[in-house]
Amino acid sequence: MWTWFYQMASPKWFFQFTEKLLPWFKAITLILFVVGLALGLLFSSLDYQQGNTVRILYIHVPGAFLSMFGYVLMAISGGIGLIWRIKMAHIVSVSCAPIGAILTLLTLITGAVWGKPTWGTYWEWDARLTSYLILLFLYLGFMALHSAFDDRKAADRASAVLALVGLVNIPIIHFSVEWWNTLHQGATISKFEKPSMDPDMLAALLTMIAAYQFYFLTVLMQRIRSEILEREKMAGWVRKLVGNGQQ
Amino acid sequence: MSSSSIALIKRELAVVFRSKNEFIYPVAFFVIVTSLFPLAVTPDPVQLAFIAPGVIWVAALLSILLSLNGFYQPDYEEGGLEQLLLAGVSGTQIVAAKSLANWLVTGLPLVIMAPLIGVLFNLDGRAIGVAFVSLLIGTPSLCFIGSIGMCLTLGLRNGGVLLTLLILPLFIPVLIFGALAVQAASLNDGVTGQLAVLGAMLILSIMLSPLAGSAAMKIAID
Repeated sequence: MWTWFYQMASPKWFFQFTEKLLPWFKAITLILFVVGLALGLLFSSLDYQQGNTVRILYIHVPGAFLSMFGYVLMAISGGIGLIWRIKMAHIVSVSCAPIGAILTLLTLITGAVWGKPTWGTYWEWDARLTSYLILLFLYLGFMALHSAFDDRKAADRASAVLALVGLVNIPIIHFSVEWWNTLHQGATISKFEKPSMDPDMLAALLTMIAAYQFYFLTVLMQRIRSEILEREKMAGWVRKLVGNGQQ
Repeated sequence: MSSSSIALIKRELAVVFRSKNEFIYPVAFFVIVTSLFPLAVTPDPVQLAFIAPGVIWVAALLSILLSLNGFYQPDYEEGGLEQLLLAGVSGTQIVAAKSLANWLVTGLPLVIMAPLIGVLFNLDGRAIGVAFVSLLIGTPSLCFIGSIGMCLTLGLRNGGVLLTLLILPLFIPVLIFGALAVQAASLNDGVTGQLAVLGAMLILSIMLSPLAGSAAMKIAID
């Protein structure tokens, strides 16, 4: 178990390990997306009030879920890098940011598109939406801060501190719907209670969440691999690898 | 409070009071920005009272944002921060002292000016009182939270713009509850809840931001 952890912390080992893993992840992502989209967009039952508009949910909810997951992952791996000074942890943290930012943007856009026919407005300054906008700003701030430093080590550590500070926002987003009784509805799926939705809708939603999860991991892996190549470009094994590719 | 903390705060205040201009600027900025709104939006007293809570809070937030740089950047560039750290003063203590001095010099004058702006904006007596109290509880949190962003951007090119990007999202919760409290007061609603949340944010920011700020400061210095 521990040797596995140590190995994961080595960029070279991670690069070689994910080489074999990546095609599988890509395939699983593709299959889950095809199945999930088919279930969600074609076969799931309609909402009695919203009609077809409810199908946006299958794009919106997993995006929201994963963008928060991405932030927590980014902050925790940044924290690990900060405390134990592990190079790989910083690489993971930095690689999370753009994916999370895109998913946050996707969530905001799909939310707006859904909001127009349902709430009658694209945007409403309610607690959930506002705190989600803050999440987008936090992602952008993280990336801006990281690119502002010339020294990569300082950039890694400074942006990790920022990510940890911004972690305060995550529970606020999650509980905003319960603390403030706002326009955005509460959670439908919870760990402990029976979900308040149709079984076939639930199946589609869970498949889509799994698809997004695998999408996130696949892209993350790909990003980490390019980040490793970029950072280790002076290392012998990278030179050999890239040199071979060119011949 | 230990004697070294008091010495640090005295030092910060001494630095500020040597150049008195700098400590007038944020207050002047506050007054000028708020006075733009009646000119740009409407001089109608009823509508002014309606937008007053937001205007006062946004202006206070921006002037604190502007004041942050003066407390950290010169000290960083002249090597004062480095000397303090080398002398064994803890980073948390430095950040806490700087935030407190920042509030005494920038935040407190804003708090004192706020009732005057409230009168100009036709707020009623109770709302003015609540504006005063909410700024009194809220602006120190802004100084403390701002110290994190300031320490993160120490010594960076175009750090000012970056500071805005990093810090404004973290200011938003304080802004929301501060403005909400004043708004509730002007509508004759209860304000205890909002003020309690502001107080909680103050306690949290005093406890946690010196830690984050000092970690960030050490990254900039080593």
